[in-house]
Amino acid sequence: MTRGLWDNGEAAARVGREFPGAVLSQSDFRGEATIQVDPQNLLEILAFLRDDTACRFDFLTDLTAVHWPRAEKPIDIVYHLYSFSRGVRFRVKASFADGAPVPSAVEIWPGANWMERECFDMFGIIFEGHPDLRRILLPDGFEGWPLRKEFPLKS
Amino acid sequence: MTGETHETITLNMGPQHPATHGVLRLVLELDAEVVRSCKADIGYLHRGFEKIAENKTWQQFVTWTDRMDYLAPISNNIGYILAVEKLLDIQVPPRCRELRVILCELARVSAHLLWLGTHALDLGAATVFFYTFQQREILYDIYEKLTGARLTTSGVRIGGMARDIPEGWLDDVSAFVRGVAPVIEESDKLLTRNRIWRNRTENIGILSAEDAVAFSATGPPLRASGIEWDLRKAQPYLGYETYDFEIPCGTVGDVYDRYLVRMEEMRQSLRILRQALARVPDGPINADAPKIVLPPKEKVLTSMEDLIHHFIILTEGIRPPHGEVYHAIEAPKGELGFYLVSDGGPSAYRCRIRPGAMINLQLIEKLVLGHMVSDVISIIGSLDPVMGEVDR
Repeated sequence: MTRGLWDNGEAAARVGREFPGAVLSQSDFRGEATIQVDPQNLLEILAFLRDDTACRFDFLTDLTAVHWPRAEKPIDIVYHLYSFSRGVRFRVKASFADGAPVPSAVEIWPGANWMERECFDMFGIIFEGHPDLRRILLPDGFEGWPLRKEFPLKS
Repeated sequence: MTGETHETITLNMGPQHPATHGVLRLVLELDAEVVRSCKADIGYLHRGFEKIAENKTWQQFVTWTDRMDYLAPISNNIGYILAVEKLLDIQVPPRCRELRVILCELARVSAHLLWLGTHALDLGAATVFFYTFQQREILYDIYEKLTGARLTTSGVRIGGMARDIPEGWLDDVSAFVRGVAPVIEESDKLLTRNRIWRNRTENIGILSAEDAVAFSATGPPLRASGIEWDLRKAQPYLGYETYDFEIPCGTVGDVYDRYLVRMEEMRQSLRILRQALARVPDGPINADAPKIVLPPKEKVLTSMEDLIHHFIILTEGIRPPHGEVYHAIEAPKGELGFYLVSDGGPSAYRCRIRPGAMINLQLIEKLVLGHMVSDVISIIGSLDPVMGEVDR
């Protein structure tokens, strides 16, 4: 149904060549291309994906996080990229330890500003280099990080 | 002049302000009447939808999507359901697909009619509001006939629809399409060449194509800046590639261009609706997937197997495989995406909603700089935020 609408593996191969060892894993579920990258190189990889002439992922569709409390590195940051010229999507993920700072992508895509604020608001993730990291949807005095799995639905 | 001090004042606009389209609050720093800085304060309507999704079955969450962009509830339903269906890897029959196209386009017309009425009202043209709201009333009757609700439709099910369309429903839609076309043209006559309207909208809040891309703008604000991009063409779903329609684009990227783009989008939606109405095929409405789609009621009472399926689906819910999918639709406000992560359980492990309205609204802080206070109203209207989706 959606084949051809996601990157066909080209981007993953190019990132692998440019940053040896940085692509930790690669998957293709329902035709959706995903790479898991080494958080050390995260910003360089994102900038490469935006600027490389064969990749051209000029558009940050979405930035979000997933909490896996039992994992060694429980915070997954998920970037959904899109290329206007190629008409394909691509997903990049990186895992971080609890409380570890995540480099902010605002310099690469200014639109990441509110998305990162929402991740901070919901998961307590600190984005290093973010110009204005504060709560966005919840009130300033709110305690806790609702989208973390230990946060109860009812109190 | 010596000794003149330049003081700025801070003006608090919203959250209870009729022209901020819901509970949007802007903190403006003004130098006389000119905006020097703007901070948007959102979240007044936050209800924790993404958390709720982790605690409801996949099907139950549909009812929450109604309450996101409440001006186009059924298109949110369909956007979510398409993501779940992608996760499950099931296809719906052609009849269901065409009906969903009709519903999506009706929702677009409905949302744009509301935008047009309120945007014009904000800028002092009250007449348009009455024209457009009259038409929306007819649309609500159409929704009600199909789903039983005017606003909280939830008429879509995983693998199909809640029920097939009632008799005469397609004729009602045809009549609406015939009736709304002259209303759009009349509104166009009232505004497009109106001197006051153009003074209030031209060269106001200009968004360059580079900024639109850098700030992840989608929908009409992106297209008004000259980028011909619409998910219905770029990443077709529901068979949109088989329809004949155009993507309207602007050149300047100001409030006026965003107005023109939405006006033309309504005409293109009517074009799609006419094509869809002419080709709704007969046949089943639900996918043939007994472990996902509820069996018909009469079978539940007569067949043991269907009774079991019915019982399991309603008590335990469906269990999609492990995995993650992202699926987005071209909603009236922009790209509405759902990123679903499944751990094989009866509810989403993570349900991220990519809110087009919120990501577009981010631009407000930039677009109002250097403009007058009254232009802020014009710019808010042109970004068309709906706080139900912004805050979720």
